[in-house]
Amino acid sequence: MILELARVAKTFTMHLQGGIRLPIVQNVSFCVTPGECVVLTGPSGAGKSSILKMIFGTYRCDEGRIVVSHGGASTDIAAAPPRDVLRLRRSVIGYVSQFLRAVPRVPALAVVAESGDSPRAEALLRRLNIPERLWSLPPATFSGGEQQRVNIARGFLPERPLLLLDEPTASLDPHNRQVVIDLISEKKRQGTAMVAIVHDQQVCDAVADRVIDVTRFAAA
Amino acid sequence: MTAQDQPLLIAQGVSKWYGRQLGCRDVSFELYEGEVLAIVGESGSGKSTLLQLLSAQLAASAGSVLYRMRDGATRDLASLGEAERRFLFRTDWGYVHQDPALGLRMGVSAGGNVGERLMAVGWQHYGRIRGAAESWLARVEIDPRRIDDTPRVYSGGMRQRLQIARNLITEPRLVFMDEPTGGLDVSVQAKLLDLLRGLVADLGLAAIVVTHDLAVARLLSHRILVMKGGEVIETGLTDQVLDDPREAYTQLLVSSVLPA
Repeated sequence: MILELARVAKTFTMHLQGGIRLPIVQNVSFCVTPGECVVLTGPSGAGKSSILKMIFGTYRCDEGRIVVSHGGASTDIAAAPPRDVLRLRRSVIGYVSQFLRAVPRVPALAVVAESGDSPRAEALLRRLNIPERLWSLPPATFSGGEQQRVNIARGFLPERPLLLLDEPTASLDPHNRQVVIDLISEKKRQGTAMVAIVHDQQVCDAVADRVIDVTRFAAA
Repeated sequence: MTAQDQPLLIAQGVSKWYGRQLGCRDVSFELYEGEVLAIVGESGSGKSTLLQLLSAQLAASAGSVLYRMRDGATRDLASLGEAERRFLFRTDWGYVHQDPALGLRMGVSAGGNVGERLMAVGWQHYGRIRGAAESWLARVEIDPRRIDDTPRVYSGGMRQRLQIARNLITEPRLVFMDEPTGGLDVSVQAKLLDLLRGLVADLGLAAIVVTHDLAVARLLSHRILVMKGGEVIETGLTDQVLDDPREAYTQLLVSSVLPA
């Protein structure tokens, strides 16, 4: 088991709106094993992204444990100091967000080859049908679908044992959707564990080993 | 335990009063090699005071700042002699001022500004110093043909890049930056930020960046300290503090940023 969530809860307190408390989820408990793809489903606002963000450490976790086990060491993200979370992000947990946060002036190829592996970055961009003439340009001006594919290439290039995918196929055409399905399947065969938010039923059917309906964690 | 597991800099209960006026109170944190820490808050929040305390330019009223020297010994900055402190400043530390005129010698050529720090650490060969200066000018995207010009005839963005080259040429382990992009046009800021981000990552620098600009903090830093009224009110990973701010004041800061 690489990831275990136990009784995780999250509530936002909005101080600027008179201290309103917005309970998002509670009692979130599930495990993920290597090579397994767990898909989170539920209507928008149910807390799917919040769960992913808590696993990555972007959102704080109010209650419970989020234990990542790798290489003989276990870390509870909910309690770990920032330095440990950063170390996990460098080598264990990858996160493919829905939108590319483009850095000005950095060309697409460099965005993808962050870790310096240009040949693999090129292969991945080619596979995701990003035309070669765009590789040397910063992605800020690319179309939504192109940006998303650059983001997918960046997220899939490093070999991380745990990948978090937030709607990786949202703005893709059927052909590119199939490429992403293939990439996810390959990662699974390599033993990568994944937690994904996928709205497209066809993609979900193709990649999910297990589906978890997030509404069952609805906070009262 | 290797050296990498030891903090480079430790602040313990650092406080400063100006008479009865509070500068900052009870600030504690640890900074490790390769880590970039942003100190954010409005003007008057105590962040610049804190930066001066951390860089031994101001004596603390209470608390201490410890620094792991190149020889591996961790020393209290207050216990260093003036000569030792100056040596730190010239070799192991960089300090990037908001106003490049404070960090540069405006009447000296660009090459002289950059080369000076090398001479301070014992470089003597003129040709080699000039060669290193040229390569650093190129690295901060200044045309090396302008090496003999003084920064007086440089634009604001070029001056700031020259100041950065001057600081980084001695390969410091820790760089302090006070509003490094303040006072620059937005397009110039973007270029500088991208340059800084690349340099910090390539050189594995530790840095403490004071900024009121949350976009700068997001792009450059791993961790954030939020200051208000002289105190640290919230700390955490940069994305955590910006995407899930906990304190009312941090929520106000984050929500006050206009989306671009």
